[in-house]
Amino acid sequence: MKPLSRTVGAVPPSGIRRFFDVAAQMEDCISLGVGEPDFVTPWHIREAAIWAIEKGFTTYTSNYGLFTLRQRISAHLKRRYGVEYSPEDEMLITIGVSEGLDIAMRALLNPGDEVIFFEPSYVSYPPCVMFAGGTPVPVPTDYRQGFQPDVDRLRDAITPRTKAILLCYPNNPTGTVASHEVLKEIVRLAVEHDLYLVSDEIYDRLVYDVEHTCVASLPGARERTILLGGFSKSYAMTGWRIGYACAPAQIIEMMIKVHQYTMLCAPIAAQKAAEEALEHGEAEVERMRREYDRRRRLIVERLNEIGLECLPPQGAFYVFPSIRCTGLRSEDFTEQLLWEERVAVVPGNVFGSSGEGHVRLSYATSLPRIEEALHRIERFVRKRRG
Amino acid sequence: MNQEQHKAILEILEQDARTTPEQIAAMLGLEVEQVKQAIHQLESAGIIRRYKTVIDWDRFGEERVFAFIDVKVSPAREVGFDDVAERIYRFPQVHAVYLVSGDHDLRVIVSGRTMKEIAAFVAERLAPLDRVQATYTQFVLKRYKEDGEVYAETEPDRRLVMTP
Repeated sequence: MKPLSRTVGAVPPSGIRRFFDVAAQMEDCISLGVGEPDFVTPWHIREAAIWAIEKGFTTYTSNYGLFTLRQRISAHLKRRYGVEYSPEDEMLITIGVSEGLDIAMRALLNPGDEVIFFEPSYVSYPPCVMFAGGTPVPVPTDYRQGFQPDVDRLRDAITPRTKAILLCYPNNPTGTVASHEVLKEIVRLAVEHDLYLVSDEIYDRLVYDVEHTCVASLPGARERTILLGGFSKSYAMTGWRIGYACAPAQIIEMMIKVHQYTMLCAPIAAQKAAEEALEHGEAEVERMRREYDRRRRLIVERLNEIGLECLPPQGAFYVFPSIRCTGLRSEDFTEQLLWEERVAVVPGNVFGSSGEGHVRLSYATSLPRIEEALHRIERFVRKRRG
Repeated sequence: MNQEQHKAILEILEQDARTTPEQIAAMLGLEVEQVKQAIHQLESAGIIRRYKTVIDWDRFGEERVFAFIDVKVSPAREVGFDDVAERIYRFPQVHAVYLVSGDHDLRVIVSGRTMKEIAAFVAERLAPLDRVQATYTQFVLKRYKEDGEVYAETEPDRRLVMTP
């Protein structure tokens, strides 16, 4: 047989697969390894989708997505962040941010183009860049600086081949929210070197004690930014697969080509659900955010007591503590914790080499479960520390 | 401590009365002493009335019958319906009493071990009360949701155990 695709073959297999397989078989396993809300989608949203299906919303939509949904997203972004995108030709509805990221890369990259992103990072970034023929260029961030992006390191990573900077704040896996000043600096660098910015802002509504900065709202950013957002995290709608991409018309025109020939459009019932979410979902977003915030404070305090140091993350629903005190590597810690105490976490190294020495814990789990998990982790760590 | 923080403490305790002051302090970024003091204040002001447990008696195997009884009352000068309401709510088998708008004046929720027991309560205790003109009894056949609590099998966590 002829060899399969070199491009796809070059992407390493998922780093969590083997832990997943073990944890999935285990009874009484508490998982803090889940990257989605523990809430189900608020009932009014589910109800609206049921109604839409009853009414016969079962067809294709425009390639761009429902115009009424785009109008609502446009109004929402303007109201929250002061950024203006025309629902006519500057935005498109995607199958989650995942698809948005994929088609953004395909629209931007030529073979060999480099895309810089900060590590630890979401696991899909390097593969998405590689599938589009580009070269991912990770720039590490440090625990001591709260994983804030380092502008000097970024500057050093820029080469003549650099095409874009990929950002994700609030961040998965660290929960870091990049400061307004640092983001402004990054935009300035992008302008100076004529680079595109791709900003994954899926966690924009989950910030605590700080304001979210929409990258596209910063001076000089809009014309070179692809803003990616969605409904999965803020409205607990992961399974509906609805996201959006906003960018200047000439970029959207490129993205829509890929989208229309590969996806055609996002599912209509899910788009109707997203309309309902934007129209009436605000109270539920705030209710969930407040609940996450309380869990966040509790988990940070307990982890530090246990000896797994962490700075309080300001966004998303993850903590990324250091496991230095146990003397274990991330994967060993994860494996031993799983077998001994039946608690699943995600080893930090799967998010890039600068995640080594850390694990990711998600607090998108009910408080009693979190308490029990922390109790087990404490027992585990105490044994390691002697 | 401000009103917002007091409200946050109340919301946490409303969800789970067994949340400790230590946990509440961590969740809200307050000192443990502050939280203890606030809870004490809220208790003495009668805002926190008491702590109770939500029990599914059906599941325990204990038979309990509930009935809604709508009561028509002729109001009296000075007291309106209050005196009749009071005479009704003093009975321990009375779960709740509300003054309501509409065809009837009071809505009473009564519990008992059997329908017969409740029927006897209505006939012997409630209906003969002065100024009670009529009663209209509806027995509860099945309880789906009460005080925000859904009485059904809890839905399983359908998420994959590990996702990036």
